[in-house]
Amino acid sequence: MVTITRKRAAVANEAMGFFTDTTVCIGCKACEVACKNWNQLPSTHGGVSEMSGDSYDNTRKLDGTHWRHVKFIEQFDGPYNGRWLMMSDVCKHCVKAGCIEVCPTGAIIRTEFDTVVIQSDVCNGCRACIAGCPFGVIDMNMISGTAQKCTLCYDRMGVGLEPACSKACPTDSIQFGPISELRTRAQKRVDQLKAQGEMRARLYGDDPNGPLGGLNAFYLLVDNPEVYGLPANPQLPTRTLTKSGAMSAATAAVLGVLALVGIRKRRIDEKEGATIDV
Amino acid sequence: MQVSRRDFLRVTAGAGAGTAIGGLVGLGATLAPARAQAQELRIRDAKSVPSICPFCSVGCATLVQVKGDRIVNIEGDPRSPHNEGTLCPKGAAIYQLHVNPNRTTKVLHRKPGASDWEVVELEWAMDRVAELTKKTRDDTFIEKLPNGKVVNMSPAIFALGGATLDNEFNHVCQKFWRGLGVVAIENQARI
Amino acid sequence: MGSNMAECHPVAFRWPMKAKLNGAKLIHVDPRFTRTSAVADLHVPIRAGSDIAFLGGLINYVINSQRWNTDPFFKEFVVNYTNAATIINDDFKDTEDLEGVFSGLKGFKEPDFWPENGNLGAYDNASWAYKRGPKGPGPATKDLIAKRAGPPFDDLVRSLKPGPAERDATLQNPHCAFQILKRHFSRYTPEMVEQVCGSPKEKFIKVAEALLENSGRDRTSAFAYAVAWTQHTYGVQMIGCCALLQLLLGNIGRPGAGVMALRGHAAIQGSTDVPTLYHSIHGYLNAPSALRPHETLRDYMAAETAPTSYYGNTPKFLVSYLKSMYGAAATAENDFGYDWHPKILGDHSHIAMFSAMGDGRVKGMCCVGQNPATSLNGQATRRALRQLDWLVVKDNWLTETATHWYLAPEVKNGEVKSADIKTEVFFFPSTQIAEYDGSYTNTQRMLQWHSFATKAPGDCRTDSWFYHNLAKRLRKAYATSTLPRDQGWKNLTWDFDPDPADPAYGTALYPGEISALKVLREINGYQTADPKQHLKGFGDLKDDGSTTCASWIYCGCYPAPDQNMTARREPDPPGVPGAHLKWGWAWPANRRVMYNRASADLKGNPWSERKRWVWWDPNFVNPPDPKTGKPVPHGKWVGYDTPDFAATKAPDAQPKPDGIGLDALSGAQPFIMRADGRGWLFVPAGLVDGPLPTHYEPHESPVQNLLYKQQSSPVHKVWSLGKPWNPIASVGDPKFPYVISTYRLTEHYLAGAMSRWLPWLAELMPELFIEIGKGLAQEKGIKNLDWVVVSSPRGHIRAKALVTDRIGVMKIAGKTIHHVGMPWHWGWMGLSTGDVVNDLTAWVGDPNVSIHEGKAFVCNVERA
Repeated sequence: MVTITRKRAAVANEAMGFFTDTTVCIGCKACEVACKNWNQLPSTHGGVSEMSGDSYDNTRKLDGTHWRHVKFIEQFDGPYNGRWLMMSDVCKHCVKAGCIEVCPTGAIIRTEFDTVVIQSDVCNGCRACIAGCPFGVIDMNMISGTAQKCTLCYDRMGVGLEPACSKACPTDSIQFGPISELRTRAQKRVDQLKAQGEMRARLYGDDPNGPLGGLNAFYLLVDNPEVYGLPANPQLPTRTLTKSGAMSAATAAVLGVLALVGIRKRRIDEKEGATIDV
Repeated sequence: MQVSRRDFLRVTAGAGAGTAIGGLVGLGATLAPARAQAQELRIRDAKSVPSICPFCSVGCATLVQVKGDRIVNIEGDPRSPHNEGTLCPKGAAIYQLHVNPNRTTKVLHRKPGASDWEVVELEWAMDRVAELTKKTRDDTFIEKLPNGKVVNMSPAIFALGGATLDNEFNHVCQKFWRGLGVVAIENQARI
Repeated sequence: MGSNMAECHPVAFRWPMKAKLNGAKLIHVDPRFTRTSAVADLHVPIRAGSDIAFLGGLINYVINSQRWNTDPFFKEFVVNYTNAATIINDDFKDTEDLEGVFSGLKGFKEPDFWPENGNLGAYDNASWAYKRGPKGPGPATKDLIAKRAGPPFDDLVRSLKPGPAERDATLQNPHCAFQILKRHFSRYTPEMVEQVCGSPKEKFIKVAEALLENSGRDRTSAFAYAVAWTQHTYGVQMIGCCALLQLLLGNIGRPGAGVMALRGHAAIQGSTDVPTLYHSIHGYLNAPSALRPHETLRDYMAAETAPTSYYGNTPKFLVSYLKSMYGAAATAENDFGYDWHPKILGDHSHIAMFSAMGDGRVKGMCCVGQNPATSLNGQATRRALRQLDWLVVKDNWLTETATHWYLAPEVKNGEVKSADIKTEVFFFPSTQIAEYDGSYTNTQRMLQWHSFATKAPGDCRTDSWFYHNLAKRLRKAYATSTLPRDQGWKNLTWDFDPDPADPAYGTALYPGEISALKVLREINGYQTADPKQHLKGFGDLKDDGSTTCASWIYCGCYPAPDQNMTARREPDPPGVPGAHLKWGWAWPANRRVMYNRASADLKGNPWSERKRWVWWDPNFVNPPDPKTGKPVPHGKWVGYDTPDFAATKAPDAQPKPDGIGLDALSGAQPFIMRADGRGWLFVPAGLVDGPLPTHYEPHESPVQNLLYKQQSSPVHKVWSLGKPWNPIASVGDPKFPYVISTYRLTEHYLAGAMSRWLPWLAELMPELFIEIGKGLAQEKGIKNLDWVVVSSPRGHIRAKALVTDRIGVMKIAGKTIHHVGMPWHWGWMGLSTGDVVNDLTAWVGDPNVSIHEGKAFVCNVERA
């Protein structure tokens, strides 16, 4: 039988993730469709919709049925004078994940690949994670009635396949691999761009000592994160929510902390005992 | 692990909604069942059939994964020197060309002046097209021009299309028409 | 230029992006700042339709540059591998002499028997020919035709050899091709480019310098184009202009070089090679025509054979083709059935046929996998469709063409009543790609096989099934006819049914289905005496009927019943230069870079180590000649690719005085399909609109031609001229002040049938829009997402405005010209619907190939 693996297979017990180099993104949206194809996600209203008027972006945001989303940013100063930035956005698979912390049912787990996955069967649709994500990644999937988002193709990684989006990406703007390798590669690319005079080149989310313990889906940007709709300093929701003082939020936060303890313990157990039998 | 009843319902709901929604297979309750789920990956034990993307002219190689008579997945063939497994959004959507409730699967016929289609038998429709083809060809055939040149042709039938279809189709199409004497054979390469 | 590669060929664009990471420079010259421009190193705006002015400017800049005049590489390449040194007839007059036209211009009169050609004028090209010495001795062609000489037809071919062309290797003779083109392009200065194209001079010079810097022994540059270079009244000249520039820069026949056509459809190359096109029969032979001296088989051979190139083998190609048509009935005595083969009466191309249909000359139509109701002057096209007696649409989706009689805008708004449309309409559903077997030829001329995976639902059948089963019915219907006109059809071979006793060619996937492999066998060719003996390559072809082969260029793709080369999927291992010769099969002879003899210098050595591709190995030990058993001297062309040259012909080999075909060329003439073995800077024959590219304005233009008195091409085509359904705007018409270009998006496919029904694609680009510059939007009070009405002399449509600085305003000839653009994927069917943009385009086109001018015309835009 023919293999469908392209690059390296996922390695369990090693943090895996995405490095998205936005400077080579051509905004083709192959990632959006490849994700839908693999995960069999529907289009909003069966594909019948209206254009947004926001450049070439018509799906607008990540949500329960759009787990990849390509942003278009037109930066022009007069006709033909400027640049058109594109970026394929996805769940950041935060090392300190707000969604895990606020999930009251333990439906959101950290996997043996250090990725963050919502278990559809456990999710009760309470929406705490939607509010808890500092990036606005998660939303309800109205068909399943659960919160959903990118799984980093957990099922594919489990059998040694690269995630669908990065596999499809024609220009390798989305790169998949062990986070440590990706960070090295990303830094080299930043250095290359700077040498070519693009002094605005920077990485977003690559720093394990940075916000949220680093993001396992991190980016190379050529402008401030806000330009791409990314928070400059993303925060764990528990703290924000606690400060807000709202009763329901406080409850969620407490549940979140409890869940966090549970998940962390489970994660350690799994890591110790992990043998991949697929 | 079995697909849960809830998952099954999602599949049904999707199909009923008239759009191509497949099953939203959830992940297991704990990591161990999650692994089991991964083992029951959609494409596990599927047969991979080599294919080519039918959209643009780049010729990206694809693999069509089938279980029985059902396509379960289509993605890029990583061996291809053209695409190395990658695809564009159209290529990534080939699955929906095949599995799509919007496909018309019956032969339709509209009588002259009628206001609606009728569903007809394939064989009847073929007989009727053959009859019309013969009549038009015979009525309009030119053996010689006024200047005496032998041309053996009919200018009154127009065959259009071929650039989205196989070389084999193109051969059969042009041979059929040229054999009959019909020369107006065209495809999208012209425009 | 002329392409938006990142959007329209995103996966092919993988490779320019990889090159960019390795230090290559990407330049995008385009009226819009697109997703390609976004990742290019440089975007240069250009007014749609002015590309010859831009390319002509590059030519002028290059040949006057210090680098081009001092680096010996350029001179060695140009003097030896192109026709720069060839002397042109004394009576040739250039556009410089005749205010924008060439010598030989005359009127054009439509013939009564087919008045649908549309040409506004015509050239007699006799004065464009090479200046030649006297012709050699031997029997005259007309005598050989009269006495029905051949087969073999070698004497006939030899009789066609002209006298030797005069050359001046110093390039100083004022009548040599180089001096003529130097004068011709001298007025294409950077200042003129800025005036005509609206491209800032400093950006233009950056492009010219980058090309010079990246051309030479060690570096190459490539151009990629698509339909933005073809859909013009001078599209062929645009591409020719680029080829001229690339020949001057030594960028042809070498790795990383060339002029690359990025074609639109999966099999569009295949449908050109295996021609479902009126003007051509298999393998780029011209269709027998009532307008040419094609009366008999030998007349055709005499008119169509270039005796001193590989096309010297035309009689072999033609006879083998006729054998594929008429089989055993095709004999030497009856000229292999040549008279049965239909002749064309003139232009039967897409628009010509719809024009003729509108005039009532066309009664029936089979439309398979194409959707003309949304194309080219859509309203005139749909009006023409309404004149048909019968219409067959075979498609995967219910298209606009299938439903025009009850859903077209003119029917919906009551202008036309469905009941008044007397057409009998059929819709046959088709299979999708994974539901049958077959091959596609991609834009690199590569055949790739796709295999059956699963059965199609219901009555869906392959498109080949349709014609196969129609043919069976018509064979029965004509079985008893004794009329002479029916004999061709009765003698046509039709052997495509799978043979249960011979599993090598597969089994029927559907009841009555063809064997795709048997079709491929007929295309590839076989020994007439034994169809199981497939031909191994076009070298096997004979002109006596002993070989049967539909397509000489595809010969070798299926050399044995168990060797389908198109199905191979074995890539080169990593780290190898990567011709991937075991992946699929590219015509001709599995060559991946055409004319690759030019990748080596005169002596056969690679121009540089870095650009090594094919070279002469003088020590190669050849086996004895398999036919004669005689020893063959050492030496062979070798390399990463299949050499595009006679394999054992030494670089210093001289032409044989009496030779025809490749024997008439030396070992240092790489362009073996050209009659002089050289790349043509100056085109002495083959083009109907001039031997050198010349800037003309589009048929509809807001400005006068700044370069010449002649406004537009003097010989281009306007079909249905003067008819109310094809009105045209005059130059500078104030009612239509804006330049408009139509184009495609990544998210949709052409006329949309294959994408507008797919929810995953429909939501990505859900509606039709028009891209308008901020300046024009402000002037017209149009805000982003406002509905606007876009009008041309042919009609008006509605679309939403996408206001952006990615398209805008240009200074052309001192005038401010706004440029707008619209994707044309929409129609009234599907999940994503919109007005038909082609309702705006006109029936005007290129005189060589009859393509329409959809990339540059004029319009008006108003808030709805």
